[in-house]
Amino acid sequence: MATEGKTIDALSQFELAPVLGRIGDAVGFSQSNAHMLLVVGAVTALMLYGMANRAIVPGRLQALAESAYEFVHGLVTEQIGEEGKRFFPFVFSLFMFILFGNLIGLFPYAFTFTSHIAVTFGLAAVVFVLITVVALSLHGTKFFGYFFPEGAPVWLAPIIVPVEIVSYLSRPVSLSIRLFANMVAGHVMLKVFATFIILLGGLGAIGPFVATLPLALNIALVGFELLVAFLQAYVFAILTCIYLHDAVHLH
Amino acid sequence: MKPRVLIGAALLGLALPCVALAAATGGAPPVEGMPQLAFGHPEQGRYLIASVVWLLIIFALMYVIMAQVALPRVASVLEERRARIEGDLEQAQAAKLRADAALAEHQAATVKARAEAQASIAGATQQAQSEAAAKAEALNARLNAQIGDAERRIAASRDSAMGALRSVAADAAEALVARLTGGADRGQVEQAVGAELAARGRA
Repeated sequence: MATEGKTIDALSQFELAPVLGRIGDAVGFSQSNAHMLLVVGAVTALMLYGMANRAIVPGRLQALAESAYEFVHGLVTEQIGEEGKRFFPFVFSLFMFILFGNLIGLFPYAFTFTSHIAVTFGLAAVVFVLITVVALSLHGTKFFGYFFPEGAPVWLAPIIVPVEIVSYLSRPVSLSIRLFANMVAGHVMLKVFATFIILLGGLGAIGPFVATLPLALNIALVGFELLVAFLQAYVFAILTCIYLHDAVHLH
Repeated sequence: MKPRVLIGAALLGLALPCVALAAATGGAPPVEGMPQLAFGHPEQGRYLIASVVWLLIIFALMYVIMAQVALPRVASVLEERRARIEGDLEQAQAAKLRADAALAEHQAATVKARAEAQASIAGATQQAQSEAAAKAEALNARLNAQIGDAERRIAASRDSAMGALRSVAADAAEALVARLTGGADRGQVEQAVGAELAARGRA
């Protein structure tokens, strides 16, 4: 698909296709959702199979599972505090879901569900609903004081309140677009340079030599994408923690 | 939920993308622009909305598995390890206390033994000194007694010698007087000798 008619087609990799035949088509179960299930399975397998030995001195897989646990646990307790412990399973699920989605999406032929704004916005909306519900249930109507900081001059209220409301509402938007844009950009670049390899490779005798340039670039890009995959999952998780901190403590 | 069931489910999840690869794209019109934003496309739009619904279902599933099964396991293993390490540390602490106590005991025993040794040395010295003093006293007494004896014997010898001297002197004086005068009174001679000896301080 990449070189149809010698043009660069970097976007068709994001098209959704139903799986499981007619049933899958009827319920709209696409390869994107299949990869989500794969991620759930992989994370579950890591956490259960890795911890199956319950060793005092952990093996490699158990060390991986434990360090994932302790990494997110540290994130949650540092950002939210002791009250944040009940959100730990949520943040852990979110982090591992996005991280594994990003990483599995880097495999050839795999689909990156985090490159869909609908998916990332869905996750961000879950976070947004959660922080709003937590803030309302913990603080009741005092929550609305969040939009007007104490001590600010009252005559500034017409400016501050709308700004605060807009900044609050833009949280899910920035959260989702950041992840979506990073993943799309990375995969488009990979696809574009991969197409260059094939296009340049067809340029007669010197083609194979020139084609090594985009190949080298793509190798570097894969390494970079691994970094981005981790970093974006981390950013999503830590921003969720910061928002939860705001919801629990109201500044 | 047993781990094996979940791992089996994970493997099933692995198989699904392969099915996805096999699925052919339908005969819908080509997608214009970004497929992620093709909400108006007859097929893609439906899949996009459905994928969000499935996302919520699948993420909820993941949350339940993590919160109910996976994370409590990790937490229990970590707790076990923490308890084990703490227990080991406590044991080490107790062992150290025991070692300290044994050391203190040992030191006390050493001090006591040294004190006892000093005491017995002092006692032995004292005893030896007193014994030596007693012996020296006994020796002195014996020597004094012997000196006294000897002095007495000397005095007796001298007395008897003096006695003998008196009779010899009297005999000699009687013989002299008898030769000179032809007869001598033994009583007068002895009296004269005694007076002469007394005069010379030899009586």
